[in-house]
Amino acid sequence: MNTIIFCIPLLPFLGFLLTGIFRNYLSRQLCGIIASGTIFISFLLVLYVFFNHAYSPEAITYFDFISNPLLRISFAFQVDQLSTLFMLIITGVGFLIHVYSTAYMHEETPAHYARFFSYLNLFVFSMLLLVLGANYVIMFVGWEGVGICSYLLIGYWFKNNQYNYAARKAFVMNRIGDVGFLLAIFWIISKFGSADYSVVFSNATTIDTAEITGITILLFVGAIGKSAQIPLYTWLPDAMAGPTPVSALIHAATMVTAGIYMVARSNVLYSLSPVSMGIVAIIGLATALLAASIALFQNDIKKVLAYSTVSQLGFMFIALGVGAYTTGVFHVMTHAFFKALLFLGAGSVIHAMGGEQDITKMGGLRKKTPITYWTFLIAVLAISGFPFTSGFISKDEIIIAAYSYSKPIFWLTSFAAVLTSFYMFRLLMLVFFGSFRGTPDQEKHLHESPAAMTIPLIILAVLSALGGFIQLPHVFGGHDYLNEFLAPVVPAFSHGTEDIAMREYYLLGATIIGLLIVFVLTRKWYAVSTFEGKYSGFKNVLAHKWYIDELYDGLIVNPFTNFAGFLKSKIENSGIDGLVNGIGRFIRYLSRQVRLVQSGLVGNYILIMVLSITVLFLVFWNQDVLMGFLQKIF
Amino acid sequence: MPVSYYIILAATLFCIGVVGVLTRRNAIIIFMCVELMLNAVNLLLVAFSKMQNIAHPPGSVVINGSDAQIFVFFIMVVAAAEVSVGLAIIVMMYRNVHSIDVNFLNRLKN
Repeated sequence: MNTIIFCIPLLPFLGFLLTGIFRNYLSRQLCGIIASGTIFISFLLVLYVFFNHAYSPEAITYFDFISNPLLRISFAFQVDQLSTLFMLIITGVGFLIHVYSTAYMHEETPAHYARFFSYLNLFVFSMLLLVLGANYVIMFVGWEGVGICSYLLIGYWFKNNQYNYAARKAFVMNRIGDVGFLLAIFWIISKFGSADYSVVFSNATTIDTAEITGITILLFVGAIGKSAQIPLYTWLPDAMAGPTPVSALIHAATMVTAGIYMVARSNVLYSLSPVSMGIVAIIGLATALLAASIALFQNDIKKVLAYSTVSQLGFMFIALGVGAYTTGVFHVMTHAFFKALLFLGAGSVIHAMGGEQDITKMGGLRKKTPITYWTFLIAVLAISGFPFTSGFISKDEIIIAAYSYSKPIFWLTSFAAVLTSFYMFRLLMLVFFGSFRGTPDQEKHLHESPAAMTIPLIILAVLSALGGFIQLPHVFGGHDYLNEFLAPVVPAFSHGTEDIAMREYYLLGATIIGLLIVFVLTRKWYAVSTFEGKYSGFKNVLAHKWYIDELYDGLIVNPFTNFAGFLKSKIENSGIDGLVNGIGRFIRYLSRQVRLVQSGLVGNYILIMVLSITVLFLVFWNQDVLMGFLQKIF
Repeated sequence: MPVSYYIILAATLFCIGVVGVLTRRNAIIIFMCVELMLNAVNLLLVAFSKMQNIAHPPGSVVINGSDAQIFVFFIMVVAAAEVSVGLAIIVMMYRNVHSIDVNFLNRLKN
């Protein structure tokens, strides 16, 4: 079993090596088969682990990663319910997105095609390492690995400098968070003498609460960077520069949920610190509201989905912050289904539109791309919380958990959920309803995507619609299977003694009414034949993302670049270069003067010789006087 | 005769030689001036040797002042050899630049 578990991350790594090294020799088909095949075998292995219940609280140690007399960090994997669930999501959704990519990227040259898949495989490897690691250090290795893959894939079309800037922005913002994570690891090691989960969690109660709060806040700083929360969320919308399957896999389904995984994994520590949990909940709530409000008036199909992702990640952090860890993880899972589906659907739309991403130029695609339409509709219903879709059940749980925690958080979370349904229906109406607003050429080009793209869409649509039933509440005749499944690792949320059944029914009713209103309004406003996409007043502020990017540019980026420019022009060019060149110029000047002495005239040389000898004699005869003089000076 | 007379004569000869070397451009004259300096020194050598013998007459002293008088002959021999080489160089120089002006000997400058 240990070998099988080791093979799970190893296979994508082999795929990365093969496609990466032989990128100039592989055909597109072979490359797609290698890349998707390795992920698929990994997925089968994860299924094998899942069905054999090969979980153990003990870590499987393979070798020493860091070993010295003071500290021993082993390369160890932790296979428990939480990591297995994440592995299922990563390899399962990852495989579907690989298959989708084989068709989506067909216009690339074989070498670039292979480069894309090698990055993608490396990403899956890093992500598996992240969730499999049995200590914070191995998690950090995976954490950095997914960060670099994210950078590489955002900047995949590296000839466009705008995309390179987006990649750099994502990388730098992630680094800011990583510093927090790294400091937390150092703190943990200094306190516990080990970074192993088993050691840390079993000794957590022996540490001062203030220190636990410090550690958990620093860990959360890492999660803020990776999971795009306020104030480090601005990289995620820009990360849409990458190819659409990348957005689906990395910036929606898996990598950005690493922060949620980390907090859920460290639930023992967070439970000891109410302060940190409050911070997590408030940051999550603020992000959910802010991102949802921005998503209301975006005109780029992928930007809407990006802000939607940020907002949904906020929901997950609300769940974690109020103590409903399993609910947060459950929302990760359902979100992975419907958000991957939304992105892949958007990719299919962009494919049909020939690269166009502006939704003001779309409209009426319902008839031309039926499969994309129906699957996209299911995803929109799921994310909006249409009753008994996966999104309904997970978001419902978050809202109910928020109610038990605090009433204001409950109301604000509900409001964010309403905003979610509004912007998603707006997107649906603008893209698929009304009439086509693009150029006649684009209209002629409209077509349904090939099977390699539509089959993953259909599978994800089924999962989006039905995936929530594993956690159907008791009220609706279900059974909290996921809670039970995760119970050994993550304690289930206790709602106290309040009546949950009533609240569930209220929410069900409110959701249906709310969705009907949203449907009618968006159909009236956005299922139109002409759409300008221009906004005024407050809507314009939202369309400009609250000017947060401009604020960051003005506060941090511009002063920094100005300072760097000052250093370059003044310190570097005039100061350091001036000094070095000045020394050179001085020596050259001096040597030019001295060179004149060497006239080539024998008489001059002799004269100098005679004078020098005379001087030497004078010095020799008067050396006592000279020595006395020198002694007086010094 | 006091030894200072010899010294003054030798110094005068030496100075004439130095000035000659510094001021003249004709290689042969420079060469003669060099010889003049050499012989001024020879004169000094002989004079000091004589002075040594007067201060310490033969038999009364360990140091034999006659050494330098013999040494001067050796210097003359070597100087003669040197002259032959020097004159040969001047002949070669004349063959090359058709002049014995030393200021023509700056071909290596550039």
